[in-house]
Amino acid sequence: MKSLARALPDGLIVLALTVYAVPFFWQLLTSFKPEAELLRLPPLLPTRLTLEHYRVVLEHSVIPRALANSFGIASLTTLGALALGVPAAYAIARFPLPGKGLLLLAIVGSTAFPQIATVSPLYLILRFLGLRDTWMALVLAHTSFALPLTIWLLAGFIREIPPALEESAAVDGASTTQTLGRVVLPLLAPGLASTALLTFLFSWNEFLFAYTFTATEASRTIPVALALFPGVYEVPWGDIAAASMLASLPPVLIVLVFQRHLVRGLLAGALRE
Amino acid sequence: MTSGQRASRRRGLLLVAPALTVLTLLTGYPALYVLWLSLQHRVPVFGVAEFAGLGHYWFLAQDARFWNAAGITGLFTVASVLLELLLGVVVALALHARPHTRRLGFSLLLLAWAMPAVVTAKLFEWLYHPSAGLVNVMLVGRALNWLGDPALALPAVILADVWRAMPFVAILAYARLLTIPAEVYEAAQVDGASRLGTLRHITLPLLRQIVMIAVLFRTLDAVRAFDLMFVLTGGGPANTTETLTVYAYRGLFQMLQLGFGSTIGVIVFALVMTVAWAYLRLLRREGLTT
Repeated sequence: MKSLARALPDGLIVLALTVYAVPFFWQLLTSFKPEAELLRLPPLLPTRLTLEHYRVVLEHSVIPRALANSFGIASLTTLGALALGVPAAYAIARFPLPGKGLLLLAIVGSTAFPQIATVSPLYLILRFLGLRDTWMALVLAHTSFALPLTIWLLAGFIREIPPALEESAAVDGASTTQTLGRVVLPLLAPGLASTALLTFLFSWNEFLFAYTFTATEASRTIPVALALFPGVYEVPWGDIAAASMLASLPPVLIVLVFQRHLVRGLLAGALRE
Repeated sequence: MTSGQRASRRRGLLLVAPALTVLTLLTGYPALYVLWLSLQHRVPVFGVAEFAGLGHYWFLAQDARFWNAAGITGLFTVASVLLELLLGVVVALALHARPHTRRLGFSLLLLAWAMPAVVTAKLFEWLYHPSAGLVNVMLVGRALNWLGDPALALPAVILADVWRAMPFVAILAYARLLTIPAEVYEAAQVDGASRLGTLRHITLPLLRQIVMIAVLFRTLDAVRAFDLMFVLTGGGPANTTETLTVYAYRGLFQMLQLGFGSTIGVIVFALVMTVAWAYLRLLRREGLTT
């Protein structure tokens, strides 16, 4: 009896949150619904499930290419931001720098920059460099918000590591690079994972830059391809649902598999002053 | 300064130099460039590039469409952030009261938060479908045109934004609840405080600071929001969901007025920085008083 009294509120909370996630599950169900039953409601549940929409999207649309573009651009952005961000964050956390307060303020400030304000100058710069409609254009554009975020998060994570080990490495004659690579990086691994996941996610989800700096399927990312998903005579709701699910696949995997790291990154970003 | 300190300073500078160079080129330079653009007539397709001074700003001051967009941005921001806050705190309290639900609860919440805003827009476009949408089916017998009716479109967009962003507030508030020591509650119980009294006099005041941080982040995001309305309604119907960002985008890439569009971008920029500055001041004062 007592266990029932305890299980009941638990069940209610989970039920309420499942209802909350219905927009997602509804689209998931739609992606498996036969074409003929899409616009017939009720009944809520289809008579059978089909993979037809996924087949159409994967074989006859730009979605696979867009997924590949997104994956490449988000991976390169993440790698680049980490490669530049780790040494910078290490310096901010551990070295005496002139004007450090101002530097930190500039970094935090630039994470708040609205993309709508930087989209026009970046457009002109990328056009000038002949980079329109390339992966490189989006990697650069995404780095503009990924790098400040990376430095900010990593500097916080590095401060959590006790400096004693680095000091003894220095006493043993290790160079700064050696200390960073052999002592700091292994201890930083969880923070590095959180930072990488968030950066990847933000680059994967980004729309405004991707929509503006791309022109063809050579570089269109998945949010852009989804926003532009074509319909010939009528809106192909089933295909759009399937494409939405494919676009959500990496975020969903990150949420389910790396939840702890994701939440850690999210909290670190918000709670460090 | 000893030579050791100087050497360590030099090593530090070497470590930040690459990132700083890239940041200067990719964020610092564009931030200044957009200010310059906002003072120009720039229509690349016609090769127009001339100095306009404060012309665009002056025009916007008297532009009804601009003030409409500013009002909608304000309404969208206030309504979304308030709802996200209210719901987020309630969800955090529920999860905290029932720790077993945390893992599954977080997964369901983060699902909404982590997917691209364009996907959120597509999800809700389908939910709002006039004849086959789940929303209208739930409101048996109503055939509301959510995205086509000027009175309903903005609430429909706000709802989608709340759905997407509330989990962020919930997780932040939940993390704060975890740090409240159990003794605080035990002491309240010993003193005979009711559950409601404990909530009102202990839990909520302790959540105050984190809620303010959440409001800061959410306000900044709501003022900057673009993807959701651009994809869901494109600013329509009859400009009832046209925020400053959507107006700026249309100016830039649909009217192809790069200077004019940049001016609206700069105004959004100034708005965001003002909000951030005001909040940080407020937070700092709070930090001193509590």
